[in-house]
Amino acid sequence: MTPGPTSTTFTRWLGAAVLVGMVWLVVFGLVISPDDRVQGEGVRIMYVHVPSAWLAYLAFIVTGIASACYLIPRTRSLTWDRIAGASAEIGVLFMGITLVTGSMWGHLSWNTYWTWDSRLTTTAFLFITYIGYLAVRGLGGSLQQRAKRSAVIALIAVLEVPLVHFSVTLWRPLHQDESVAKGELENLMLFSLFVGIIAFTLLYVWLLLHRQRVMSMEDAVAERGLDAAIAERRSEVAR
Amino acid sequence: MTAAQLAMANAGFVIGSYVVALGGIGLYTWRMLARARRVARDVPVEDRPWT
Repeated sequence: MTPGPTSTTFTRWLGAAVLVGMVWLVVFGLVISPDDRVQGEGVRIMYVHVPSAWLAYLAFIVTGIASACYLIPRTRSLTWDRIAGASAEIGVLFMGITLVTGSMWGHLSWNTYWTWDSRLTTTAFLFITYIGYLAVRGLGGSLQQRAKRSAVIALIAVLEVPLVHFSVTLWRPLHQDESVAKGELENLMLFSLFVGIIAFTLLYVWLLLHRQRVMSMEDAVAERGLDAAIAERRSEVAR
Repeated sequence: MTAAQLAMANAGFVIGSYVVALGGIGLYTWRMLARARRVARDVPVEDRPWT
């Protein structure tokens, strides 16, 4: 098998580690981890739902940090913009997974797929905000214009992350509060969750490296297309 | 609904959530790598500093 255009030795090793982590997650989540006294089998959804939510938070925070780095003149580079864009896209994927798996878990726990609970509503709002961010990135203009306007939006959007996280303590929702922080999980459940979080975090790094490189190539193609168009226009004017 | 039927119904949702999560990740990854191969045809190696 030929290596892909965005792969390196590091990403290949990382990809192998991600695959191992995913197999571990499925084995621990579906087979080894015990049922919950109250939720029964339904608790197994937690091992994909919680890591997805964690990863979406992480991805959006990275988008915010990379956007700030772009806006600071000393560190301004389109690489930061591409990291921000790639991370937001991955965050939207994982936020979507969080919403769907949460809805399935909600059906088992609360007998409803959706309720306008504070955690669910703020999460849906966060998801929609970052879809908007990605839409803004797709608007026309130069790479620098894209980078600047999306960086400003990312810095505003990231403020929603703590609101979503603390929505379970600020209000009194149907959604359970922080079971992990309160030490309410059994050891094997906690370990299975830990496996999921590690596997998903490695996956995030792998996806971010590849997506950022794809964006870099797309930007190079776009810049070359723009240069060719300008040269053609100049030759027309000179004629 | 008996306990066994309830467990089976729950299993559908549990397995479904793993299918959604891993399937979504797989689909995104596959599309991203396909996009990389397509774009790479128009990008010389010198514009790929990681290689």
